Amino acid sequence: MLLSSETTSSRPVKTTGLHVGDAVPGAKKHDPILIADSVKRTFGGLTAVDIEHVEIPRGAITALIGPNGAGKTTFFNLLTGFDKPDTGTWSFDGRSLAHVPAYRVARMGLIRTFQLTKSLALLSVMENMKLGAKNQVGENLFRSLIPAIWRKQDAEIEAKAMDLLTRFKLDAKKDDYAASMSGGQRKLLEMARALMSDPTLVMLDEPMAGVNPALKQSLLDHILDLKASGMTVLFVEHDMHMVRHIADWVIVMAEGKVVAEGDPYTVMEDPAVVDAYLGAHHDTDLGTDAEHVEALKELIDDEQ
Amino acid sequence: MDWGAIFGNAAVELISPTTAAYALAALGLAIHFGFTGLLNFGQAGFMLLGAYGYAIPALKLGWPFWACVLTALAASVIFALILGIPTLRLRADYLAIVTIAAAEVLRLIFTTNEFDAVTGSANGLSGFQTDLLALNPFPEGRYGFGPFVFDNRVWFFLVIAWIVVAIAAVFTWLIMRSPWGRVVKGIREDEDAVRSLGKNVYSYKIQSLVLGGLLGTLAGILFVLPRAVVPSYFQPTLTFFIYAILLLGGAATILGPIVGSIVFWVLLSFFSGFVSRAVEAGWLPFMSQVQAGQLRFILVGVAIMLIVVFMPQGILGNRKDLAFVK
Repeated sequence: MLLSSETTSSRPVKTTGLHVGDAVPGAKKHDPILIADSVKRTFGGLTAVDIEHVEIPRGAITALIGPNGAGKTTFFNLLTGFDKPDTGTWSFDGRSLAHVPAYRVARMGLIRTFQLTKSLALLSVMENMKLGAKNQVGENLFRSLIPAIWRKQDAEIEAKAMDLLTRFKLDAKKDDYAASMSGGQRKLLEMARALMSDPTLVMLDEPMAGVNPALKQSLLDHILDLKASGMTVLFVEHDMHMVRHIADWVIVMAEGKVVAEGDPYTVMEDPAVVDAYLGAHHDTDLGTDAEHVEALKELIDDEQ
Repeated sequence: MDWGAIFGNAAVELISPTTAAYALAALGLAIHFGFTGLLNFGQAGFMLLGAYGYAIPALKLGWPFWACVLTALAASVIFALILGIPTLRLRADYLAIVTIAAAEVLRLIFTTNEFDAVTGSANGLSGFQTDLLALNPFPEGRYGFGPFVFDNRVWFFLVIAWIVVAIAAVFTWLIMRSPWGRVVKGIREDEDAVRSLGKNVYSYKIQSLVLGGLLGTLAGILFVLPRAVVPSYFQPTLTFFIYAILLLGGAATILGPIVGSIVFWVLLSFFSGFVSRAVEAGWLPFMSQVQAGQLRFILVGVAIMLIVVFMPQGILGNRKDLAFVK
């Protein structure tokens, strides 16, 4: 344990006192940035998401965890307008997000990334970045014809993109196709691109999946930087070390519902969380199921 | 064997108005397919609207040429909106299905005898160029140099056609290097990613469909100016030839469609001249003249296959792209 992350980098400062009352599922927050009420999404007979009430605290890093199939990504899609729920209301910064298309949600300052990284393969890294900037005059078809109208803004965007790329150590690759980068670098690019629009809430879907340990550390630092610069972060992650290390608040989902909430240390002790991951009967000995054995014996007797 | 005539005829295709028209239609398809990733298989339908949109008001209403051009362009925008509004929210394949079907529906409507009085049904329309020809600055007669000897009418259409192609190429170049072009290229790569960055993907796709369709419509006008409008020109094979030209030249390039069209037509003319004279000379005893007329398409097909296999990025495409094609 000579070079573990705990010893090489300083422990991040956790934000505490985010909730009002007990840390139960659906706990009220002092300053929620995102509130969802009775959001339900079914696919045929399967209820993927069925959330009664959940609040995401502002200015903190919130982790959304849960076993595979718990509905985390579906919940992400619902919040960001990429999918429509059957019922429910949800609001961001006091503005309702129901029936708001995905691109408008993004313009409101809620930017997401994807579980399977979506870098724009045959665009250069710099073009990827510039696409992230908001309110570009040159994105109007008629104004795009006259470079004099958009050139100045484009130069400013490029300077900002260069700045971010330097921060993410991608500046040397700025003229390469995004397709030429490694999976981890694409994750970095996607995050950097999301920051081009100065979002207030960044939603990261499994930012660490498929990233090597060295790059993981720098990704962690970048996420902590987001918080330091006043953004709210909500992320889905399976890497519990990372969750414990940087999350201020953890929301646990299982089978479409929020089953537990709390700070990362206490929530992991919650029996509901253990049940969600391991099953409610994980320590019941199935060998002494006397009732079933008797029933089987009777069946066999009947057959004879 | 008259090699001079074969090469002469092939050289004519370098600058013929038809080459220009196909180049323009392919440029429209480059906006759709090469830059935005829209699978439009109905470019022939857009060209048909150009041809009839120009010819019908000119012949039946006696409108001046500019009003006819505007009518054609308006018809094209309406067609693009009808196709795009329901399908562009869906996956890319739906646009392909709907466009190929809609183009056929249009062609059959213009072929049916029901509207003979307006469309001339299968015989089509001719003599609609009178108003435009009144402006012909070229003096009467046949002249030119080398193989390029045309009458004043063809010179006029040829100059108009290439001027329109040049303007369209500069226009496409301007929009594709702008932030607008960046968004559109992003949509080609991954529309959800672009949506997550706050761009109204649906609106951009409609704009792209309308724009490329307008170029196709202009191409339709240029295509029929030197000839009569006949519905059978606008069969699905026309769209496939334009796709062949686009892939030949390079899908996401500005000059690719133009170079592709020139290469396509020169090859086609060369093969047709060569094969028909080879049959005449008895080099291909197993083949009749009628069969020879079809063989050229087979040979062009083989030539295009070779180019696509050994140069899949097209003549002007970026080789670098290839390393990352999934």
